[in-house]
Amino acid sequence: MLKQTAMRQFISEWGPVILLGLLFLCAPLFLSDFRLSLLGKFLTFAIVAIGLDLIWGYGGMLSLGQGLFFGLGAYAIAMHMKLEAGGGGLPDFMVWSGLQELPLFWQPFHSPFFAVAMVMILPATVAAMLGFLVFRSRIQGVYFSIITQALTLLVSVLLVGQQEYTGGTNGITNLSTIFGYSLMAQETQVAIYFVTVMMLALVYLFCYHLTRSRFGRLLVAMRDDEARVRFLGYDPVIIKTVTFAISAAIAGIGGALFVPQVGIISPSSLGVVFSIEMVVWVAVGGRGTLIGAIIGALLVNAGRSAFSEQFPNVWQYFLGAMFIGVVVLFPQGIVGSLRLGVDKLCLINQTPKLEGSVSQPSI
Amino acid sequence: MTQPKILAVKNVTVSFDGFTVLDNLNFSMNYGELRFLIGPNGAGKTTFLDIITSKTKPTRGEVIFDKTVNISHLPEHKIVQQGIGRKFQTPAIFSSLTVYENLEAAISFREWSIQLFRWLSPSNRERITETLELVGLQERADVRAGALSHGEKQWLEIGMLLIQKPKLLLLDEPVAGMTRRERNRTGELLQNIAKNYSVLVVEHDMEFVRSFAKTVTVLHTGKVLCEGTMEQIQRDPRVVEVYLGRAHGEARPPKHERVSVPTQRVGRMPMPALAS
Repeated sequence: MLKQTAMRQFISEWGPVILLGLLFLCAPLFLSDFRLSLLGKFLTFAIVAIGLDLIWGYGGMLSLGQGLFFGLGAYAIAMHMKLEAGGGGLPDFMVWSGLQELPLFWQPFHSPFFAVAMVMILPATVAAMLGFLVFRSRIQGVYFSIITQALTLLVSVLLVGQQEYTGGTNGITNLSTIFGYSLMAQETQVAIYFVTVMMLALVYLFCYHLTRSRFGRLLVAMRDDEARVRFLGYDPVIIKTVTFAISAAIAGIGGALFVPQVGIISPSSLGVVFSIEMVVWVAVGGRGTLIGAIIGALLVNAGRSAFSEQFPNVWQYFLGAMFIGVVVLFPQGIVGSLRLGVDKLCLINQTPKLEGSVSQPSI
Repeated sequence: MTQPKILAVKNVTVSFDGFTVLDNLNFSMNYGELRFLIGPNGAGKTTFLDIITSKTKPTRGEVIFDKTVNISHLPEHKIVQQGIGRKFQTPAIFSSLTVYENLEAAISFREWSIQLFRWLSPSNRERITETLELVGLQERADVRAGALSHGEKQWLEIGMLLIQKPKLLLLDEPVAGMTRRERNRTGELLQNIAKNYSVLVVEHDMEFVRSFAKTVTVLHTGKVLCEGTMEQIQRDPRVVEVYLGRAHGEARPPKHERVSVPTQRVGRMPMPALAS
């Protein structure tokens, strides 16, 4: 009996993960190049979604700044790729803007190691600084969301405005190679796809262990009653800032993997709307489940591309209907509702089980 | 005044927008003492606890803890680190976590950053088990705290404080909303705790105070009205005046509906038991 429940628990916890992992690994065998690159793109979104689930689903802080962190990671790698593409010369948009030499802050991006490090360090630092100030002032809830959204808007305006340093509205374009490999080559794209799958797995495992550690439970505790956490002798500012920085670094990883698959990064692929879309992915998949964030990101984006291919004129309505439908019918998201259903089934099948074992996550 | 004091509140004044809640208050407690704090509504009892735990900063005056530590301007979590645990009026627990996890969150409070990613040490696990037994929740360890009864939540919160081994325990109305049976159990628990800890209890339930109190301090309009044994207090004409010199029968609003800014509080509690 005990073995059986342990088995069931293992399957319900790891079954979907293993299934998804196998699916992703086998995808190159049966997907066309076009579909595979689409899936690869969605997987980078799934990485970002996990980060958002960590801070929102577990920590209860709805960050609308994840698009910004995604963008910072993307720009960090794109800057390196641009220098690589320029072959020692000045990037083309700088020439057009009349710059004579490479700006100082671009210099270190010649180094691939520096660029890769910046993918995580840059967003994490911005998040840590913003988070520290915001959380220290005990700004919570919707005010936190608004501030993160404002910062996202601010940075996208800044990116557009500083044409000579950032490429302006066009962003950083004409990227041709990454670490010496041609982006056009099919092998490179498949390799990048596998790196994305691997990073997704790593990020998932990292967050899985984080949320099941005492730190993770403290995060949930803070969602329940922040004052109690404070009066237990913890400094919530540190816990929240660290979590925010981690989720930002994860978003940065997603952004960095996005660029080589798409070959361009511009202010329009980050920013406010994108940040809100992520919230939809996580809400559809199920908050506070991690795996739900992956499923939500894949489903919503797959739905978006399917609808837009089939119904070019009205596809947004379908997407909207999907979101409303899920939120109304399954307020816990797809995974959350499935788990509730399984729990209920177990309750019926088994003799009286623990009462109150069904969680009711707060909003 | 020769005995060393675990807590000494010196000339503390608190005012909110010109309304004085605590008025040049002086108060002290000995090590190992079990002290009860009573007083009619609006007397400043909860504000008094807010001052000790730094939830509210004093307008004037200072609070000295453990003989030497001036805690008047420390942030909340540092005061807990110093060794002051506080139970709130309404049970403050983590309802999505299990009872065990609630205690685990409480016991880990001195660990930091990377340590929180490690498993709990065996000695700490043992202490959680002990605490579960002490507060009588060993059967409920794996239940989500949100599903506990009101009384069980209160005990869990007390357990969360005890597991931190504080030097001073502040309990704000530990028996509010409890059934008689739960109240008696809490009383026993309290007597047990008082053997090893310095405890300050704010309480409204006079029957409870009479059964368990040794020394009682009466607070009235932000000042200490008098202090002594329960007998002395009951005989003090000023106390009778404060409690009985007012209209009887005015209903006291439930605690959770009250706002912590005392100026907005209404209603007074008659203390008929004192007259008998």
